[in-house]
Amino acid sequence: MDTGFNWVKPMLLMIALAAIPSVSLGAGLPDRIALDSLKNLYDSVQFNHAGHIRLLKDCAGCHHHTTGNLVEDANCVRCHQNSSETKVVACRGCHAAQPFSAEAQRKKQAEMKLYHQDKPGLKGAYHLNCMGCHQKMGGPTGCKDCHPMNKTGEALYNTGSFAPKKTGKAAKEH
Amino acid sequence: MKRRDFLKGCMLCGAASSLGLPAKKAWGSGSFEGYSEGMGVLVDLTRCIGCRSCEAACNKEQKLPEPEVPFDDTSVFEEKRRPTEKAYTVVNRYENKGGPVYRKIQCNHCNEPACLTSCFVNAYTKTKEGAVIYNPKVCVGCRNCMIACPFNVPGYSYSSATNPVVKKCIFCYDTRVKYGKPPACVEVCPQEVLTFGHRKDLIKMGHERIRETPDKYVDHIYGEKEVGGTGWLYLSGVPFDKVGFDTTLANEPIISNVKDFLGTVPMVLAIWPALFTGFHLLSTRNKGHDEGHGHDQSKSTREDSDNEKI
Repeated sequence: MDTGFNWVKPMLLMIALAAIPSVSLGAGLPDRIALDSLKNLYDSVQFNHAGHIRLLKDCAGCHHHTTGNLVEDANCVRCHQNSSETKVVACRGCHAAQPFSAEAQRKKQAEMKLYHQDKPGLKGAYHLNCMGCHQKMGGPTGCKDCHPMNKTGEALYNTGSFAPKKTGKAAKEH
Repeated sequence: MKRRDFLKGCMLCGAASSLGLPAKKAWGSGSFEGYSEGMGVLVDLTRCIGCRSCEAACNKEQKLPEPEVPFDDTSVFEEKRRPTEKAYTVVNRYENKGGPVYRKIQCNHCNEPACLTSCFVNAYTKTKEGAVIYNPKVCVGCRNCMIACPFNVPGYSYSSATNPVVKKCIFCYDTRVKYGKPPACVEVCPQEVLTFGHRKDLIKMGHERIRETPDKYVDHIYGEKEVGGTGWLYLSGVPFDKVGFDTTLANEPIISNVKDFLGTVPMVLAIWPALFTGFHLLSTRNKGHDEGHGHDQSKSTREDSDNEKI
C-alpha cells in the first residue's frame, strides 16, 4: 500500500509549483504589496509587484544594488561593484518613515561621514522611484490614480465633500 | 567760568568720538554668517510635481482661512502668485523647454533678514533654529518689512480694518521646528522636494547632488550666498531666472547697504546736539544781554496791551 502511493507527494509538489506564476521567483516574493504608510490620508495602495516584475524584468530597476542585476550607475559602482544581494530588500528596510524627526537628525549628525547621507525617506523613495519611472514609461502620475483619497485627505486638501462653496470658476464669474 | 567748562567738555567729547569712529565702523560692518546650528530646507526643483500638498499642509498647520479653490485644483497655475495673509506658501508653474518646472515660494528665512532690520518696533526675531519669526502683538502694520524683503514675501492682512498686521511663513516655529520637528510642508511633500536639516549640511548635500549628477542641475545653490545666505536653499535644473528667482541680488546682506551709515547714527545723536549747542552758545555769547533785554521789553509791552483789553 505504502509503496503504491509514493508518487503522490512529488506529483503534488509539481502541481503546486506549476500553480505559482512563472514570474514569482521564490516563495518570499510577494505578488501584491499593500503600501499603507499614507493611510491617514489615502486608501492603501495595492501595489502589483508581480505585474511590475513582468514589465521591468530587472529587480535592480527599483531595488538598486540589493537584488537583481549588478548596478551600472557610475557612482554606485564605486562601492557596489562586487556587492552581493542583501538580506533586506524591502523599501522600508533602508528608507526611514520619519526622515526628518529630531531623532533622525541626531543619527545623521553622528554618521556624517557615511556616503548615503542623502537617502530619501520612505515616502520620498516610493514617489521618486515610482513617479520617475511612470513619467518615462507613461504610467499613471496623478495623485489619485494610485491612491484614492479618504475623508481625512479630502479635509486636508479642501476637496471632494470639503471643497470650498465658491469654486474657482464660480468666483471668477462673479 | 561755567560756560567755558561746558564748551571745553563739548570739544573733548567731539574729539573723543571722532577718534572712536573707526573702531565703531569696524564693529558695524561685521557680518553674521547665521547660527551654526541653524536649520534650513534644501528645495530640489527637479523633483517638484506641483501637487500643492505643501500649500494644503501649511493652511491646516497655521490655521489659515479656507482657500478659494481646493488644493488639488491646478487652475491656480494659470497665474503667478505670491504669498499672502491667507497663504504663507504658494507653488507657481514656469513653462520651460523640458516641460513645466514648479517652484514653491515662502519666507526664505535669511541669515541677516532685511525685514528684521527694517522693523522699527523690533517685531522680528531670528531664532537660533534659523526661523525668522515675528510678534504680531507689537507689529504696527507699517509694512516697512514688505518693502525691505528682497523676495517679496511678507503678506499683509488687508482684510482687517482695525488691526492690519504683517503675515508670513514662520518656519512652523511655534508648533514644530522649536521641538525639532520638520515644518508641515516638508513632512507632507511626497517627492521629498524639501529636505529639512542643518543649513551647513544641506549646502554640502546640495553640492554633492550637483557633483553626482552635473547634467541634471545648474551648478549653483540659490540662497547659499544671496543676500548673505538664506535658510531655504534651492537646486534647479533650469537657470534660476527662468523660474522666477531674482538673480540680480548681491551676496551682501541688505543691511550692509546701510550698516556703515547706521553705525554713525548713535554717535551723531549723542554728540551733535551737545556740539552744536556749544557752537550756538559760543556764537551768541556776546549778544546774550541785548537779546535778553529786548525780550523782556516785548514781554512787558504785551502785558500792557493785555491789561488794556481788560
